Amino acid sequence: MSNSIREIENSPVLFVIGSNTTEAHPVIANSMKRAVKKGSILIVADPRKIPLTRWATKHYQHKVGSDIALLNSVMHEIIKNGWHNKEFISSYTEGFDELQKVVSAYPPERASEICGVSEDGIRELAMLLGTAERVALYYTLGITEHVTGTDNVKTCANLQMLLGNIGKEYTGVNPLRGQNNVQGACDMGVLPDVFTGYQKVADETVREKFATAWGINSLPETAGTKIPAMFDGMLHGDIKALYLVGENVVMSEPHQAHTIRALEKLELLIVQDIFFNETAQYAHVVLPAACFAETEGTVTNTERRVQRVRKAVEPPGQAKEDWWIISELARRMGYLMDYTSTEQIWEEVRKLTPNISGITFERIEREGLQWPCPDINHAGTCYLYCDNIFPCGKARFQPAQWKPPAEVPDREYPFVLTTGRRLWHYHTGTQIRKSAGFDDVFPEELIEVNKEDAGSLGIKNGDYIRVVSRRGMLRVKAWVTDHVSPGLCFMTFHFHEACANALTNNAFDPFAGTAEYKACAVRLEKEG
Amino acid sequence: MKNIILNINGRSIQTVEGRTVLKAARENGIYIPTLCYHPRTKQAGKCRICVVEVEGLPGLRISCSLEAKENMVVLTNTERVLETRKMIVELYLSSGKHNCISCEANGRCELQEVTYRLGIEKSTFPVLTKDYPPDTSSPMIIRDLNKCIQCYRCIAGCNNIAVNEVLDMGFRGSNMTVVCDTNKPMGKSSCVICGECVQLCPTGALTEKKAFGKGRPWEIKKIKTTCPYCGVGCQVHLHVKDNEIVKVTGVEEVAPNYGSLCIKGRFGYDFVHSPERLKMPLLRKNGKFVEVSWDEALDFTASRLLEIKKARGPESIVGIGCARTTNENNYVMMKFMRAAVGTNNVDHCART
Repeated sequence: MSNSIREIENSPVLFVIGSNTTEAHPVIANSMKRAVKKGSILIVADPRKIPLTRWATKHYQHKVGSDIALLNSVMHEIIKNGWHNKEFISSYTEGFDELQKVVSAYPPERASEICGVSEDGIRELAMLLGTAERVALYYTLGITEHVTGTDNVKTCANLQMLLGNIGKEYTGVNPLRGQNNVQGACDMGVLPDVFTGYQKVADETVREKFATAWGINSLPETAGTKIPAMFDGMLHGDIKALYLVGENVVMSEPHQAHTIRALEKLELLIVQDIFFNETAQYAHVVLPAACFAETEGTVTNTERRVQRVRKAVEPPGQAKEDWWIISELARRMGYLMDYTSTEQIWEEVRKLTPNISGITFERIEREGLQWPCPDINHAGTCYLYCDNIFPCGKARFQPAQWKPPAEVPDREYPFVLTTGRRLWHYHTGTQIRKSAGFDDVFPEELIEVNKEDAGSLGIKNGDYIRVVSRRGMLRVKAWVTDHVSPGLCFMTFHFHEACANALTNNAFDPFAGTAEYKACAVRLEKEG
Repeated sequence: MKNIILNINGRSIQTVEGRTVLKAARENGIYIPTLCYHPRTKQAGKCRICVVEVEGLPGLRISCSLEAKENMVVLTNTERVLETRKMIVELYLSSGKHNCISCEANGRCELQEVTYRLGIEKSTFPVLTKDYPPDTSSPMIIRDLNKCIQCYRCIAGCNNIAVNEVLDMGFRGSNMTVVCDTNKPMGKSSCVICGECVQLCPTGALTEKKAFGKGRPWEIKKIKTTCPYCGVGCQVHLHVKDNEIVKVTGVEEVAPNYGSLCIKGRFGYDFVHSPERLKMPLLRKNGKFVEVSWDEALDFTASRLLEIKKARGPESIVGIGCARTTNENNYVMMKFMRAAVGTNNVDHCART
């Protein structure tokens, strides 16, 4: 998030696009709902009638994968009406002319046909956003999990820059992170092209700094493989060993059959986890890890706040903390990592990482600190780009053209399947489904099907149906509802008994490598 | 904001204009009990137990709703104040089944605390015979309306903090009671089981089902940590007894959640103690997994990695880190892949 959670409650206008906030980030949704109670305007753009729409001033139900068309059209209308922030644009941005050129091809008449929001709806949305003093934009995986995910994010940023909604309180481009430490895992350089704090692998000075600190002669300079290419590499035989720490890829990667075929080709699969999950059965060795309650350390939340994790109980049996296991492996491979505590590790991290070097365990004992926090006296950063100072100099508009999802419905597979989460469950079910009570609340996977579609297929609420895509098939109970519009279905990846990723498309954003979990084509078949 | 000075119990107290007498007193360590007021649900004016005497004002005033004024003279512990509080508490004690011996809230109950502080042995009023069957319909929360003192905290939490708008006061007169939706059992209502109401309840009227009988507050150690689910990073207290997490509550004083949690953060903790947890390293031998020692598992893994590296180069090895584990674990993983294996083939699920 460019801005902070605490700002939400006092933001005059909240624009939530592609985020099922009440279910995926309930405590942030509480702040949004409180804002509405205080008089804020809440605008939701989502293909589904998500629970947050109950509190929304307006809900724009655009089609799956049409975000760029919708937002480009909104920008077209904003510029047409002169609502854009001319002073901000001329002083702090570049590339406005190009943006104007691109969005000029998206008048509401055209965009409406693509995104399914009425022309007047688009004009109204433009007016609500364009005439607001400040707008804070929130998005989640509805924006990113598309083959155009990177362009979707850039388009959100274009909109906020166009309105000058960046670099001050109650504004910003705010992705809500889905897991407790996605932010931190990125910050720590668990990415193929960067070290900690996004220091580039390609930069020789950076490589030398890390090589010196780590006591080795040199570090590899070419960027590594992203996850999608890893699985392709396994299938092609280029990749022989996979070390998997805490990730149930059989359930979480798109196109499950493809994932399993790739894993079966490996000469060595190391699974390090807290449970013998669906992926572990393909392993050659399974290493038992300690869980969050059994370890010391830090995690970083969606607003860049580094917070403590503390050990409360002993791990079961001989389960060990990840850092201990990894260090032991390194030692046995001839590379010494002799850590004795997580604080010692953190001290090494912060010395190598300028934007968090002011954060110590002592300073975050009571409350976490938000990076950038470059020195020990720095109070942390609530919102980025204060005074319109951008790391790249001027903020650059990066306009994008709308493209349809990689797989669109046709006669054979006439429905769009989109995926997400439910309030009652979490991810691949490894934790929640081993906690008592949750399966009582929501015992099995349901596919959301619109009433009209169910009617024409003769499907009744509670019927088991077959869902078929080009990649797989599953049996699941139907939930006939108006949460989804006609032609759209919704499932999650919480239940191994009926996991949406048996069906999803392993098509990826070419830049980010994010899979298009949010759109694939399926056929619904009545049983019997 | 202007600073003002007032006098409480003969002490000169400085506070900020606009604050209540209750807040000014508490900031300065002066005890005034409250049962309805809570720092998160704010002014309530329901329970009347925070009464004080104020020079120049008639009668007793409720300090949670009385703005502190310059030169105000307040007395919090006169005989009149204490007698009034005693009567209020005795009325509460007579209003339902306040039986501490078996109550799950024993040791953290605010009604029990104020009863003890005022030296009340038992109520002088006859105890009402209302007998609501406990509502156990929710998978996570037990509601016992016999212990409800109608402080409205749960209603404020549900409507103003979590804004789920499930709880409200229903019925009239002596039948008045907290209801879910249109007086549905909690488990059949629109409740999303965030547990905000449970955390705010001053008595044993709302308790955590899974924590029932698992330990008293004085047996429990509270460890502050970060919730293991989504990216909000809610701060939680793990309540631990005998190496077991028996309950989770939200940390009220700090960002980002100030006490609020969701169903997963508050109730999704017992996977930690699942019998299905991996306890020993497993090695596949002849197609079957067998338990082995750490030495055997690590030696096998390290030697296989070295063999593959030698035969096919470091680029034939890839690592996937974890968006669920700590920064320190992720850093060590990243360093391992780059320094020990010698490849940048390291990634995690942020992109997929």
